[in-house]
Amino acid sequence: MKKIAVLIEIRDGKLKPSNLGVCSAAHESGGECIAFLLEGNAADAAATLQEYGIEKVVEIFTTHGAASWNPEVWAEAIIQAMVYYEIHALLGLASMQGKDLLARVAARLEAPLLMDCIAVNLVRHTAKKSQFSGKAIAEFKTCGDYHVYGIRPNALTAVPAPCRAAVESFKASTGSPGLSVKNLQPGLANDIDLTEANVIISGGRGMENGDNFNLLHACAQTISAAVGASRAAVDAGWVSHALQVGQTGKTVSPKVYIACGISGSVQHFAGMKTAGIIIAINKDPHAAIMSKCDYAVCANLFDIVPALTRKLRKPHKGSK
Amino acid sequence: MNIYVCVKHVPDTAATIRVGADYRIDEDITFIMNPYDENAVEEAVRLKKRMAGAEVIAVTLGKAAAEATLRSALAMGADRAILVRSDKHHDCITTAGALCAAIRQDGNPDLIFTGRESIDAEGFQTMYRMGVNLGIPVASNVIAFDMDGQRVSVISEMEAGEHACLEMTTPCIIGAGKGLNQPSYPKLPDILQARKKTITVIDEEQSGTHSSASRVETVILEIASEERQPEALEGSAEEIADAIVGILRNEAKVLMNS
Ligand SMILES: Cc1cc2nc3c(=O)[nH]c(=O)nc-3n(C[C@H](O)[C@H](O)[C@H](O)COP(=O)(O)OP(=O)(O)OC[C@H]3O[C@@H](n4cnc5c(N)ncnc54)[C@H](O)[C@@H]3O)c2cc1C
Ligand SMILES: Nc1ncnc2c1ncn2[C@@H]1O[C@H](COP(=O)(O)O)[C@@H](O)[C@H]1O
Repeated sequence: MKKIAVLIEIRDGKLKPSNLGVCSAAHESGGECIAFLLEGNAADAAATLQEYGIEKVVEIFTTHGAASWNPEVWAEAIIQAMVYYEIHALLGLASMQGKDLLARVAARLEAPLLMDCIAVNLVRHTAKKSQFSGKAIAEFKTCGDYHVYGIRPNALTAVPAPCRAAVESFKASTGSPGLSVKNLQPGLANDIDLTEANVIISGGRGMENGDNFNLLHACAQTISAAVGASRAAVDAGWVSHALQVGQTGKTVSPKVYIACGISGSVQHFAGMKTAGIIIAINKDPHAAIMSKCDYAVCANLFDIVPALTRKLRKPHKGSK
Repeated sequence: MNIYVCVKHVPDTAATIRVGADYRIDEDITFIMNPYDENAVEEAVRLKKRMAGAEVIAVTLGKAAAEATLRSALAMGADRAILVRSDKHHDCITTAGALCAAIRQDGNPDLIFTGRESIDAEGFQTMYRMGVNLGIPVASNVIAFDMDGQRVSVISEMEAGEHACLEMTTPCIIGAGKGLNQPSYPKLPDILQARKKTITVIDEEQSGTHSSASRVETVILEIASEERQPEALEGSAEEIADAIVGILRNEAKVLMNS
């Protein structure tokens, strides 16, 4: 039987929820699904992963130890585990970490790699992904001994498929890397991971200044949403580039994307067009976004956003 | 010191993409240098200015028209350029092979700059494949770069504003991210001077690329639908806010029930 591995991402000791959609994609293929975790807490994760079709959880240890994250070492360890467990298809998240690790693995195996997929078929070895900054969608077939796919976070739905997962450890013997990691600086505490967020509230040039972004932060906080921005807002110095959504920023796929004072340029759309529901708040009924959204609010954002914050503050405490 | 920069000729971000026969796009549109590759060229040129005797060589794999992007790199300050000419469609595996073969043929690289991704193929991988091909380390999504002798220090941007500080020794490959620098626009004299600089053209068949058993084939390429049926939310700010809360709760189901 075919074996498929899912590279699981842990963040701040927690399983990223978007891993589960990737597990479902692996499970759907009918093959045996193995989760790879690097120096993480496999036992904790296994309890959740087994609800989504994962039959085995393998915790991979490198010679270098948990304290020293190094992408080259991790890639080498993943390859050793793939060989040991006879894995021919590897799936993971197209997060920043996934983009780096999966590409290192694919390059070393000289395996075809499709990054940022929005659909995958592991029987036919095909996947769909965006091309030309989201303007086109291609379906590609990968050919080779190994296949590697990075899945856009939240693009695939997690479907419960309960089973019992055995937990094993695998000790890789990793050599000395050509790259050394000096240190990791965490992001700011209020930087909720844009690509993981269920709801994103973004501001553009219509926000007028950096201080006004506090209105978005206040609104976002009520439902654990993340705050995003257009390039116009980033270039003006109002918010950090880490918040930029779009072609030269992050690609996001939240359930709801609320665009405040954003006109809807092609480059901005490149980063958010796969959002579930798009709500646009814009004064100008002719702004491009007003005809490319699900709900168009033609109004002043400075009236709507504070009102929304007040409503969200009252009856509920958070989002799920 | 030999600094190579890989630049790709890609459709302008504002261009309308049309898909023709055999899933090729209509190329009668404006092409530009891949935006991240501009950051790569800028960084290479800045470094060259600090290093006596350094040379910046721009390399591309593409059709004859890709020469325009090489001219842009020359106008930004690259010294000369190499066009690996091919009319074929390439996946990232053969692209990396062809770029490495051309660089090897030309000289010994001390540094290779690329962009973190090409905005047409959205491959996110050519630099890593080049690293394996040449047996040298790679860091991508680099937003800060520094070099001291043989030692290269970079900051790679990770999730949620997290930064990884990495070190490598030359030769190595740097995948430029957007925050690395602000590319400068060439002035007229630079553009005129660029016309005099040399572009060496090599045919891909002659560049000694090896073929791989692994490849990516296009099954379908189609224009992404942006069709949505906008529904206007009207009324007072209070009413609109209520409507949005309703959408969040009932349609998107992202609010916890209270
Ligand atoms: C190579 C390249 C890459 C790019 N990458 C990106 C990218 O990654 N992300 C990105 O976003 N852009 C990107 N851009 C820039 C893009 O082309 C646009 O310039 C940018 O998205 C515009 O930002 P905006 O919508 O905030 O500003 P604008 O286009 O100026 O729109 C502001 C909107 O706010 C509305 N408004 C103003 N005041 C209010 C108010 N009080 N209430 C309600 N509405 C109000 C206005 O009606 C207007 O529609 C890129 C461009 C290029 C060339
Ligand atoms: N045909 C090409 N010619 C020159 N450089 C390229 C080419 N394709 C990719 N690259 C380089 O590799 C980087 C990553 O591309 P990709 O892997 O396609 O996302 C780009 O930013 C370029 O620097």
